[in-house]
Amino acid sequence: MIRRLAWGFLAVLFAAALLADSLTGGSYAHQFRDLPGAAMSWRFPLGTDALGRDRLLRLLVATRISLLLAPAAAILSTALALLVGGLAGYCGGVLDRITRRAIDLMLSLPWIFLLIAARALLPLNVSPSASLLITFALLAALGWAAPARVIRAGIRDLRDSDFLLQARACGCRGFRLFIRQLAPNLKPVLLAQFLTSIPLFILSEANLGLLGLGVADPLPSWGNLLHELETDLTFNPGVVACLALMLAVMACFRLLLPEGHVSNS
Amino acid sequence: MRFLHQAARLFVSLIVTVIIGGVLTAALVRLSPGFGVDEHTLDPARDASALRAREAALPESGNFFAYCARHTAAMLRGDLGVSRTWNRPIAGLLKERWPITAQLMAVGMLGGWALAIAFVFPGLLRPARVWKAMAATSSGLLLCVPSAALALLIFVYAGPVRAVMALAVFPRVYQYLENVLAEAASRPHVMAARARGIPSRRILLWHVLPIAAPQVLALAGVSVSIAFGAAVAVEVICDLPGIGQLAWKAALARDLPLLVTLTMLVTLATQLANSAGDLLTPRRGEVRP
Repeated sequence: MIRRLAWGFLAVLFAAALLADSLTGGSYAHQFRDLPGAAMSWRFPLGTDALGRDRLLRLLVATRISLLLAPAAAILSTALALLVGGLAGYCGGVLDRITRRAIDLMLSLPWIFLLIAARALLPLNVSPSASLLITFALLAALGWAAPARVIRAGIRDLRDSDFLLQARACGCRGFRLFIRQLAPNLKPVLLAQFLTSIPLFILSEANLGLLGLGVADPLPSWGNLLHELETDLTFNPGVVACLALMLAVMACFRLLLPEGHVSNS
Repeated sequence: MRFLHQAARLFVSLIVTVIIGGVLTAALVRLSPGFGVDEHTLDPARDASALRAREAALPESGNFFAYCARHTAAMLRGDLGVSRTWNRPIAGLLKERWPITAQLMAVGMLGGWALAIAFVFPGLLRPARVWKAMAATSSGLLLCVPSAALALLIFVYAGPVRAVMALAVFPRVYQYLENVLAEAASRPHVMAARARGIPSRRILLWHVLPIAAPQVLALAGVSVSIAFGAAVAVEVICDLPGIGQLAWKAALARDLPLLVTLTMLVTLATQLANSAGDLLTPRRGEVRP
């Protein structure tokens, strides 16, 4: 029941975020120059920021970005993890040992340190939309290690199972065996890793945005919106709403995780 | 003898990992599209040839292997190379900044572990549903907030910023500690001990903790990495001049020597912490059942 509620809340929120522009009838970058820092009103339910931009619209667009790109990055990182962890677990030997060492190295480095170091590899003069894609692509490229370890263990468990022996006896080998027999049996593990990665990526984007290394203005993101707190010390309904929404979304994703699963966020 | 053999193996593996980490970082930074890019790139007064000349003048822009050799020599010399941004030996920068990071990490690890233990142990000693629910809710909520946002909130409202470290480490440690100890507490020998009427505290100390010790020690090693991650956010947000802030500034300035050295040192520290956990783990047969 509670899982259905979580799915329902996420679906409603996603729909609102998708329809944000038509609901509010404006653009997230539009500046109401005569109304900078406006208080909450019917016209602007969360007020406007210091540049006169509608906070509610920006929050909804930031939600759309997080709810679209974090799952996309999670799909990519889970696929990468399936490839790396799957090959290591299936082939074993030297490849397995090298992969294990690489996974240990990736996991031992602090996630945020890895992200800021990797973000520094990219040019300064990128457009806001490029910075958005770069941020989530980086998350996908660096987030494979924890899922790969779980997938590798799962593959090693399945490697000597009876159904695989039978499949081999029927002549199914190599890539076909991997795709047709192993991968479908890892579905629950892959789904759990996918669902664990989404909140981790949302949080990481917010952390990067707060450190000034995330999505570039004028594109809104949860990190950007929370960054307002640094310059505006008064009560800020935009920041409060952003934090509340983030808490709700993260809580929903945690509820969707399988029973007993420990999140790696 | 076996301990020495294991320690030697771990030492060699540590050195190899650190060197691989350093070379990989250097190669990635050197080949990345952002290499040699700084604020001068955005200066309209400089044309493409001026920018190319500036990039070519960087000491790291020559032969990559020569750069690695020079950097290794600097590491062995002890000054760890020279930072391009600060124009100073990196060893001096680290010497100035490490006490702040060490203090933050110590507060984070001690506070986080103390909170986690305070929430997990009572639940194991006697059934305490309300306590467990409180722990699960608070750790769940803290996991949902970015550590940088938590630091910013506490900083803005003039709270104790060092508490952020404990609040960032606690939920991650709590989740794993709770799972590991609950799994150990459900073993048949623990149930037998309970059935014989042995007091809960004695069961926890003599029957549950020794079984869970390897995972708990591994978790202690991992928490060093968690604490460093939180320290980066806290130092940047609260303007504390520690190693985390140095890493952030190195990343912003694309300071290759500093970034490579910091990656190697962070790899060394986290791998040392993990290896210490492995070394202290009792061998099979030494664990008291």
